[in-house]
Amino acid sequence: MAENIQLDENGKLRHFLGIEGLNQAIITEILDTAQSFTSVTDRTIKKVPILRGKTVANLFFEASTRTRSTFELAEQRLSADILSLNVDTSATIKGESLLDTLQNLEAMQIDMFVIRHQDSGSAHFFAQHVRPGVSVLNAGDGQHEHPTQAMLDMYTIRHYKQDFTGLRVAIVGDILHSRVARSQIHALNLLNTAEVRVIAPRTLLPVETESLGVTVYEDLERGLDDVDVVIMLRLQKERMRGALLPSEKEYFRKYGLSQERLRRAKPDAIVMHPGPANRGVEIESSVMDGSQSVILQQVSFGISVRMAVMSIVVGQSGLHSGAGT
Amino acid sequence: MKTRIRNGLLVDPGAAKPYKADLFLDHGKIAAIGKPPAGFKAAQTIDAAGRWVMPGLVDCQARLRDPGQPEKANIASETAAAVSRGITTLCIPPDTQPPIDNSATVELIHHRNELFGHKARLYPIGALTRGLAGEQLSNMASLRDNGCIAFGNARFPLAGNLVQRRAMDYAAGQDSLVVIQPLDPELLGNGCAHEGAIATRLGLPAIPVAAETAALAKDIELVAQTGARTHFGQLSCARSVEMIARAKAKGLPVSADCAIHQLFLTEHDIGMFNSNMLTIPPLRSQYDRDALRTGLADGTIDCLCSDHQPHEVDAKLKPFPSAEPGISGLDTLLALALRLVEEGLLPVSGLIAGLTANPASIFGLPGGKLEVGEIADLIVVDPDTHWICHSADFLSKGKNTPFEGWDFNGSVTHTIIDGEVVYESTSTD
Repeated sequence: MAENIQLDENGKLRHFLGIEGLNQAIITEILDTAQSFTSVTDRTIKKVPILRGKTVANLFFEASTRTRSTFELAEQRLSADILSLNVDTSATIKGESLLDTLQNLEAMQIDMFVIRHQDSGSAHFFAQHVRPGVSVLNAGDGQHEHPTQAMLDMYTIRHYKQDFTGLRVAIVGDILHSRVARSQIHALNLLNTAEVRVIAPRTLLPVETESLGVTVYEDLERGLDDVDVVIMLRLQKERMRGALLPSEKEYFRKYGLSQERLRRAKPDAIVMHPGPANRGVEIESSVMDGSQSVILQQVSFGISVRMAVMSIVVGQSGLHSGAGT
Repeated sequence: MKTRIRNGLLVDPGAAKPYKADLFLDHGKIAAIGKPPAGFKAAQTIDAAGRWVMPGLVDCQARLRDPGQPEKANIASETAAAVSRGITTLCIPPDTQPPIDNSATVELIHHRNELFGHKARLYPIGALTRGLAGEQLSNMASLRDNGCIAFGNARFPLAGNLVQRRAMDYAAGQDSLVVIQPLDPELLGNGCAHEGAIATRLGLPAIPVAAETAALAKDIELVAQTGARTHFGQLSCARSVEMIARAKAKGLPVSADCAIHQLFLTEHDIGMFNSNMLTIPPLRSQYDRDALRTGLADGTIDCLCSDHQPHEVDAKLKPFPSAEPGISGLDTLLALALRLVEEGLLPVSGLIAGLTANPASIFGLPGGKLEVGEIADLIVVDPDTHWICHSADFLSKGKNTPFEGWDFNGSVTHTIIDGEVVYESTSTD
């Protein structure tokens, strides 16, 4: 099976399934294109015609607030026709296979699918089965990848830090279950980040985490020493039930990001979080709302980044055609 | 019918190497080896010049999906596949639908085999507990009287150690073989890939080595406690091989097999979520694979099986974690075994013992040997036929193979059961 089904024969993005398998040129193209779109988002009429006449289906088999709404906003700003389906996995989908769902929607002449599904590999599965010319964008597949989130995180880091080559970046929290972390790690490494650290208790680390290209710390304070960027991950409450952690209280004591601990990072370090955050569990409110936090900026960058990915996938890098008109 | 197989190279699992001799079959038995019995007049002669003649393969773990899952396979399709690939005997795990926990199901299987089958011998493994529910013992003694050759609970967990201990006691009391696929249900969880770098990278729920070894350690202790003859099936881990070796060294009545695909594939073969690589236990690391090979070569692993699990196309047309596990293995069992010989793991007679004499002896079945008086279940193999694996050519209804496109050497030209030719390849002679 071809590992790079997301690229066409000319090495251009056809689907956007994961950061793994991409190259630095594509990632930089996405970031540059997104930058050109921020001017669109700032205008009174926030629309460009790049996806005019195209239909985008948003298929969310898992609940989502910000990913889905920023995808929809991005689609609207690119003038797409939008079909959004919240597929209730517990009931309706049982009778119909994922492939049947896909084929039924294809019959409605969908040009692009944005899919979030609880199975790792589901976006690849979709991409393997769509008709030629139809694109698939991964909005999160199981615990595998969430590449647009990682791209908006890279955008945010580049916005504040310009160059990755001298940076130390720490990703803190539930690495084991995090598709965001996996995508971030691949992206940071493709951008030649000086050091990528992950910080977590052992129960939240997958085995052989180092093989992803990171340094592992089980101690938050040591892990934060001299970092330029701190990315906090959401800790899902159900992790307490699976005997992965003793309690929220103990987690916060050992792994919660407080003002005091943040002082171990560089003075100009930025704090990021893909959201939704649990205040008082993984991050102290004063840090979240503090001067080093760029969490809300991440959300607004999310729109331009998703516009950029969609434009590139339909073959119109906004750099040259869309955004300027 | 009197049959003579002439000029073949006999692959006798009991001999150090193959030797050239004629075989004489009469009344469904091997009547003589080398020289014909007095007055023998062959009604049929098979020329096996340049070919290997060996006992029919005994596959100690193959699901035929019959009764219960006709969309996946049935006795007609799977026994046709089996005999065309040299498998003359199949042991069927108890997780049919309904399960093999009553004599009627046993009879149904035999009845269907007589009506629709292709002469392969089917031996049901009875359910260890009623309905495979893990709580109440099945009617083991009655099932044994009706032809169950061993007892196991397939992949269904037992309610606890007490049930397991009593089931093993009861089986031991009637000298029945217990078959266990060691897997701790909690450590298995919803896992679908070996806990290692690949599962980490792909974000797949992982199955740790301890899912197998923690269960196996407990199982071995219960063998020591109960004395039940126990066969451990489909082992996947290096540590399991060590544990079996230690148990054998202590003289415990244990034996073990592994699925032949575990000797070829590793976690790396999952690639980008190839659902034909989804198996339980999962494809493990290269280290595990090498240890299984060594274990087979030194006799710690007694036999190989296909762990045949045919599926309909839809069962695999799903994202990796939601696809159904298992490989359609009948069509590649012999070919993979011969490849192990080519690769020098074992000489052909030693390797074939793991697919004939060893499982026959462990499960108490006829056949598996080239001896005068033994049943005439034999195959003739042309070791030089080169072929490419295409699932479309499988006679099995299950096309779910991870070996699509592989090159193989060696294929069956004749399959003989009970002295009768039940399969003859059309491409030769």
